[in-house]
Amino acid sequence: MDLLNAVIALSNYVIIPAMAYGSQLALGALGVTLIYGILRFSNFAHGDTMAFGAMVTVLVTWGLQSLGVSLGPLPTALLALPFGIMGAMALLLVTDRMVYRFYREQKAKPVILVIVSLGVAFIMNGLVRFIIGPDDQKFSDGERFIISARTFKKMTGLEEGLAIKTTQGITVITAVIVVALLFWFLNRTRTGKSMRAYSDNEDLALLSGINPERVVMITWLLVAALATTAGVLYGLDKSFKPFTYFQLLLPIFASAIVGGLGNPLGAIAGGFVIAFSEVTVTYAWKKVAGYALPDGWAPDGLIQLLSTDYKLAVSFIILLVVLLFKPTGLFKGKSV
Amino acid sequence: MSSDPYSDRGNADKSITNLDGIGSAQPVKGDGSAYPVDGGPFLIGDTMTGGYGAGPDILHDCTIAVERGEIAVIVGPNGAGKSTGMKAVFGMLNLRQGHVRLDGEDITKLSPQARVAKGMGFVPQTSNIFTSMTVEENLEMGAFIRKDDIRGTMEQIYDLFPILRDKRKQPAGELSGGQRQQVAVGRALMTKPKVLMLDEPTAGVSPIVMDELFDRIIEVARTGIPILMVEQNARQALEIADKGYVLVQGRNAFTGTGKELLNDPEVRKSFLGG
Repeated sequence: MDLLNAVIALSNYVIIPAMAYGSQLALGALGVTLIYGILRFSNFAHGDTMAFGAMVTVLVTWGLQSLGVSLGPLPTALLALPFGIMGAMALLLVTDRMVYRFYREQKAKPVILVIVSLGVAFIMNGLVRFIIGPDDQKFSDGERFIISARTFKKMTGLEEGLAIKTTQGITVITAVIVVALLFWFLNRTRTGKSMRAYSDNEDLALLSGINPERVVMITWLLVAALATTAGVLYGLDKSFKPFTYFQLLLPIFASAIVGGLGNPLGAIAGGFVIAFSEVTVTYAWKKVAGYALPDGWAPDGLIQLLSTDYKLAVSFIILLVVLLFKPTGLFKGKSV
Repeated sequence: MSSDPYSDRGNADKSITNLDGIGSAQPVKGDGSAYPVDGGPFLIGDTMTGGYGAGPDILHDCTIAVERGEIAVIVGPNGAGKSTGMKAVFGMLNLRQGHVRLDGEDITKLSPQARVAKGMGFVPQTSNIFTSMTVEENLEMGAFIRKDDIRGTMEQIYDLFPILRDKRKQPAGELSGGQRQQVAVGRALMTKPKVLMLDEPTAGVSPIVMDELFDRIIEVARTGIPILMVEQNARQALEIADKGYVLVQGRNAFTGTGKELLNDPEVRKSFLGG
């Protein structure tokens, strides 16, 4: 039995990757939940918005790299992120002007907007693949590790190594900053409060002199920033491939619904619940069990509940369980 | 099935759509402008005809007005178009005919937000508070269009409704019916309106709270704000009214001072229970 090594192995293979993935899902789910709460529909184009923002960031990163600009140990993509956000903002505002505004003027029911957003998703998806191609793109640079497994072993003399990738560290820190800023904006500023008021009661917001079109515009701007940040962090952590962002839609929606749709705190909690479930269920526990259990007790098998190919199924199952037994989600969200 | 291709097809699945708090107003498009006109009452919805969207007309040549420093009350049976008339005056639905004038200006083509900026305050009958926001935030949202310091006005509201001062950090949705109505009136007063429109401010509150609310409304009127009000409790409302309107099926049935209507045998028989 060697509990210390078991904890290190667990952190290395489960906790740290799940923290990073959870932060990415939380940022994505926050965007989904904002649109649901304020614009009142589930935006199926969210994954592709992330892809578009990340694509602009990738292109600008390449441009900066070719100019020889770098952030030293940090990825150059962080410098390109504001450009990516502006690109996504432009895309969303143009989409709103050309598509969604028409349906708002018709007073179309939200369910129609859901289907419209699916069409928008396909167009954005095509646009991204047309510009950057369907393949994997690498754009991370700078120092690869904050602590590498080898350094950690040398430092501690333990058998197991603990590696923290730079991208994982950046992901978690960025997520904390973004979430803090968002909550400050929604709860403390006049504009943020007017968005909550619009979400709460559209007619009364109108009677208070709040301009609905302005609320809608600011929502899209916030969503563009959240989606691009989530997309870039995911791309840095894994790699950038347009199609994976469309697939990310499922865990993101699962996070938002598990946490309670329309509740920003819930979106964050949901993101971590989904991420930790996906990682723990698809992780082969043999190594950790080998350390944690008394000698000779560890089984011969890999102790992997599901192949990683099925990790999307995990979000599906959690989603079903939540919808069946706690339809408002973990936090007080809208009843589904 | 409705012929409107964008209307509700019955999907209320909350996992993809959020219908809570969705707007039902069909506001006047905001590109219109106001122009000066001569004379007339302070606020008047003049010979208004219209209804919701492409639906049938609910108002037929309906006129409601309030003079400076007065209280005007609209009474009438259920479905008479009282609330619709108020919404029409506020620009929450499109009029086919008629005009709305405020303080010597024709504002028929102004959006509701623009009417708030012109000094109109409106407390709707239902959903008249932001339930998920605190009392203080409700008042802040009422003052959304103001750029100056709102603390003084907020103090005045707390003086008018002292209970709200104690509950200011509490979500408005957790308050009792009477307290919610106080928040609703307070929210509308935060803009320092030049005219206040109340749609059944005493709906669903106990008789004691109702008397209290009436007292507060009179207090507000004494500060010089004209009040246009729809009221179910016709007798009590007409007693405090300078002017009364009885609407029936979207038309003006009787008009007069509060006393005249209370003494009119026809009105007494039909609407005041003898």
